[in-house]
Amino acid sequence: MGSGHGTELNLTLKVWRQKNSKAAGSFETHQLTGISTDMSFLEMFDVLNEKLISEGKEAIAFDHDCREGICGMCSMYINGRPHGPKQGVTTCQLHMRSFKNGDTIVVEPWRSAAFPVIKDLAVDRSAFDRIIASGGYISVNTGNAQDANNILIPKTDADEAFGAAACIGCGACVAACKNSSAMLFVSAKVSQLALLPQGQVERKERVKKMVAAMDEEGFGNCTNTGACEAECPKGISLENIARMNRELMGATFK
Amino acid sequence: MSQGFLKSSIGKKFVMGLTGLFLISFLVVHCFINCLIFFNDGGLTFNIGADFMAHNWLIRAGELVLFFGLIVHVIQALLLTLENKKARPIGYAKIDGAANSSWYSRSMGLLGTLLLMFLIIHLVHFWVKSRFTGLPGEDANGNENLYAVMQETFKMAWVVVLYALSMISLAYHLLHGFQSAFQTLGLNHKVYTPIIKKAGIAFSILIPFIFALMPILMFLGIIK
Repeated sequence: MGSGHGTELNLTLKVWRQKNSKAAGSFETHQLTGISTDMSFLEMFDVLNEKLISEGKEAIAFDHDCREGICGMCSMYINGRPHGPKQGVTTCQLHMRSFKNGDTIVVEPWRSAAFPVIKDLAVDRSAFDRIIASGGYISVNTGNAQDANNILIPKTDADEAFGAAACIGCGACVAACKNSSAMLFVSAKVSQLALLPQGQVERKERVKKMVAAMDEEGFGNCTNTGACEAECPKGISLENIARMNRELMGATFK
Repeated sequence: MSQGFLKSSIGKKFVMGLTGLFLISFLVVHCFINCLIFFNDGGLTFNIGADFMAHNWLIRAGELVLFFGLIVHVIQALLLTLENKKARPIGYAKIDGAANSSWYSRSMGLLGTLLLMFLIIHLVHFWVKSRFTGLPGEDANGNENLYAVMQETFKMAWVVVLYALSMISLAYHLLHGFQSAFQTLGLNHKVYTPIIKKAGIAFSILIPFIFALMPILMFLGIIK
């Protein structure tokens, strides 16, 4: 553990509260005392919610599931950055030792027209599901699993496909992008299948359908600022966006 | 089919990148011709180049294509900006942009607007005179004397300051735009992308520097 092991923090939390997708939201300020630096950011929210419940107030809604950094469920835009100040981690893997005693922490939901707020800090990311449903799959005969190495794949392709497949679909790329663009997410999903032999059959139709679905959801346009790559908890590379651009050109002008 | 491509988010940025690269190629030609003033021969060599550019029909036709490219770049940028604003109707209260991207990559619209304003002033200074309202006579070689207009214009301190500052805008616009265009066109490569990025930085500093040098050196009387 870091040097801050065992110490406690007093914090001011400014949290976005919003009743539902239609209501106008606003910030609510909470004072927290005795927050252990060993807590995760979500555990700090658990403490706050227990306090709110014991006071007879409504708990703050926020998304979370595995709390191991692999499910892509947690979100939160913390002090101006998705998943907070650390690089390469999700909010559940962010620990309070990343903050100082007396800090004011501003917590907002992902902001995008395509991610409407459900309540407080929880946003509806089903736009991502609809993009996947439009073409982010392969049609295979089900049955017994093939023997390993039955289909030979070059190591470099396998590595790049794996890198793209590391995307957990949390939406930090959209939240970080000044244009609310979903290019990093969609390009990762297009890439992981375009790089592998199993993905070849539907390759051209897939990229066209997924880009069309992305545009239809109302995400913004990419301007290559690179904010998505910098904030991605899984380190998805901008190379995927260039690949998706090539894929769409290849599918359009064959 | 290809119409669908141009309407897609990727097609739109493809147009931005392609017109951007086209405008970059124009900068090279413009800079090369202007460098003829560095012969410091009272503009005789420069006027040969300027006269050729003003009267060669192929160049004049290219000029139309250039204006078209510029207009497409500007209009597309405006449309994209409006779309992007719509994609985030409620903004963040606190943004730490510096943590994940450069300020100039996030400010292409602002830098572009400054450049467009500069361009209008610049066109009034030189292009309108050269093409429409006429130049002050001919030089010793019998070429139209655009150089004389430069000498007059760059006597004014505010003009020189405006040009120099505008070239800083250009440098930052290029610093993002040059490498961004290649990424948009899908030209991303483990070996070549780092080279493109370095070449882009060199280009973005060198070209605006040379452009800025011209009014400054003429104002100071070093180029006569």
